[in-house]
Amino acid sequence: MTKPKIASDWMCGCAGCHMSLLDMDERILKVVELADLRSTPITDMKEPDESGVDVGVLEGGINNTANEEVALKMRKRAKILVALGDCAVFGGVPAMRNFCGVEAALKRAYEESESNEPGSQIPNDPELATMTKTRAIQEVVPVDYSVPGCPPDADVIFYVLAELAQGRKPELKDELLHWH
Amino acid sequence: MTAQKITIEPVTRIEGHAKVTIHMKDDNTVEHAYMHVNEFRGFEKFCEGRLYFEMPEITPRICGICPVSHHLAAAKAGDAITGQTPPRPANLLRELMHMGQIIQSHGMHFFELAGPDLLLGFDASPEIRNVVGLIGANPDLTVKAVMLRKFGQEIIKTLGGRKIHPVFALPGGVNKSLKIEERDGILKGVDTAIETLKVGLTIMKDWAEKNMEDINKFAVFPTGYFGLTTPDNGLELYDGDVRLISREGKEMERFPIANYLDIIQEHVEPWSYLKFPYYKKMGYPDGVYRVGPLGRLNVAEKIDTPLANEELKVFKSLNKGKPVENTLYYHYARLIEALFATERVRVLCEDPDILSTDVLNTHKNYTGHGVGVIEAPRGTLIHDYTADENGKLLKVNLIVSTGHNNWAMSNAVDSVAKTYVKGPQVTEGMLNRVEAAIRAYDPCLSCSTHAVGQMPIQLEILNPDGSLRQTVTRD
Repeated sequence: MTKPKIASDWMCGCAGCHMSLLDMDERILKVVELADLRSTPITDMKEPDESGVDVGVLEGGINNTANEEVALKMRKRAKILVALGDCAVFGGVPAMRNFCGVEAALKRAYEESESNEPGSQIPNDPELATMTKTRAIQEVVPVDYSVPGCPPDADVIFYVLAELAQGRKPELKDELLHWH
Repeated sequence: MTAQKITIEPVTRIEGHAKVTIHMKDDNTVEHAYMHVNEFRGFEKFCEGRLYFEMPEITPRICGICPVSHHLAAAKAGDAITGQTPPRPANLLRELMHMGQIIQSHGMHFFELAGPDLLLGFDASPEIRNVVGLIGANPDLTVKAVMLRKFGQEIIKTLGGRKIHPVFALPGGVNKSLKIEERDGILKGVDTAIETLKVGLTIMKDWAEKNMEDINKFAVFPTGYFGLTTPDNGLELYDGDVRLISREGKEMERFPIANYLDIIQEHVEPWSYLKFPYYKKMGYPDGVYRVGPLGRLNVAEKIDTPLANEELKVFKSLNKGKPVENTLYYHYARLIEALFATERVRVLCEDPDILSTDVLNTHKNYTGHGVGVIEAPRGTLIHDYTADENGKLLKVNLIVSTGHNNWAMSNAVDSVAKTYVKGPQVTEGMLNRVEAAIRAYDPCLSCSTHAVGQMPIQLEILNPDGSLRQTVTRD
């Protein structure tokens, strides 16, 4: 039997959810045994297989056009999409930007900061993504499983990945859904 | 005539999102390569109006790899805002947590992020050039590396309740003392961690011996160097004055962090959301400097723990006592620092004050302004807050570790692309070397784009007129 394929990526988050994934420590060997890790930020493939993956995991919310593309591509190519962590599920701390707006935040960082060179301007090269409102993933594409937490505990991530890799439906409740 | 551009996106095995574009000349050599940091989050703005004592919990969300750095820098800025100097035991405990973080972050970077290039080769297939490939190639070593990271993470959890985004430091000290059995639990792991790091050092030195040609042509260039220091110029990661040395190794500045605006300034380029700090007196780009492991070991004249100090002597001999300029020696410097941090864990745990319950100074002398500093794994981190009389933040300025290295990373990308990327057929291995130039700095792009959020890295090769020549993707 071929192993199920798992791909992951991070968007507007802090990488903490992926670090929590690594905090499963030696159990990562078990995950590798159960599943085929495809493109992730810590492996070298650049995007989820065009032929599709079984499980796609996204950390972080969506706050620019580059993130939108990552989310759309993952949704298109993954049978099951998991939103990992508070930013992915709700927008999280970076969604605080919505209160002041993108423009004010950019201005503060690039034009007004007291450590900037006088006359500095907001970067605007066409290679750069355009900033948007910060949104949870489900505001942009449909999500199959939401795993909240900042970050979710390694035990929770292990449980979710192991269940999905074995074709079962993870159910987050009781000890697996503690808010801390 | 069509000019060509190669895009690498995202750059992998780094924290955050970056993209590289390589612009090609007609003769199939590189004209210029750029590293674009492609996100912006805006912590500086949206933290305005929050209360200063919330910052040790909000700012760790800038980066989940080194949340402890932001946690502690925010608490230190808070100490200054309220005039609450932490008692000695609180500083020891904060430093202990910080050492846990240095060990986990450096350990993970060497073995799990950079390790695949060193152990499997820059040209290994991208399908296996990762930590899973390492498990296949050397399972014993991989388990050791995983346990080294766990050792560091467990220290953080013991003190702050959680491995990522701990709750521990606050203005004036910390919220919990260390129990004797917790201390003993930490001490038990020190020897194993040192053994693993010695294995890492052997791997690094063997690799260096076999790849000396690469080390000497892979992004070697002069800059200044910047980092905290002990009063007698020893390696310092938790607190102290900043020391800035010239490319020849001469001290140019030594200053308390509260004066940072007199010393450094940030330059903005239109093609990256990440700013470029430099030494104000020399201007941009003459005044650029490097931070992080290589920068700090160039700044330090000694290390106050025996094993790491022995390694430092070897490091210092690499360029005959002058600053070491080779980008690839970041990996070596990182391991020496991890060794120091592990030895330092023992020193801290054996200090009689470490078990003291005098961990919080509640006497306030409110000033409303504070600058906190710490040597994060990737370099000097500065949090500068101004609050009103009720503690509400009016201004937040953050200068984050990876930012200081922005010019150096960009220059390394350009230099490595010019050295290794040649057409007409550009191979994946050539491009992986360009990524490795960024990887060596272990950038934390989420951090650096705190301000700017995460950094997808993408690589494009352009023809001279800017048209797309080749986009190399790995899947």
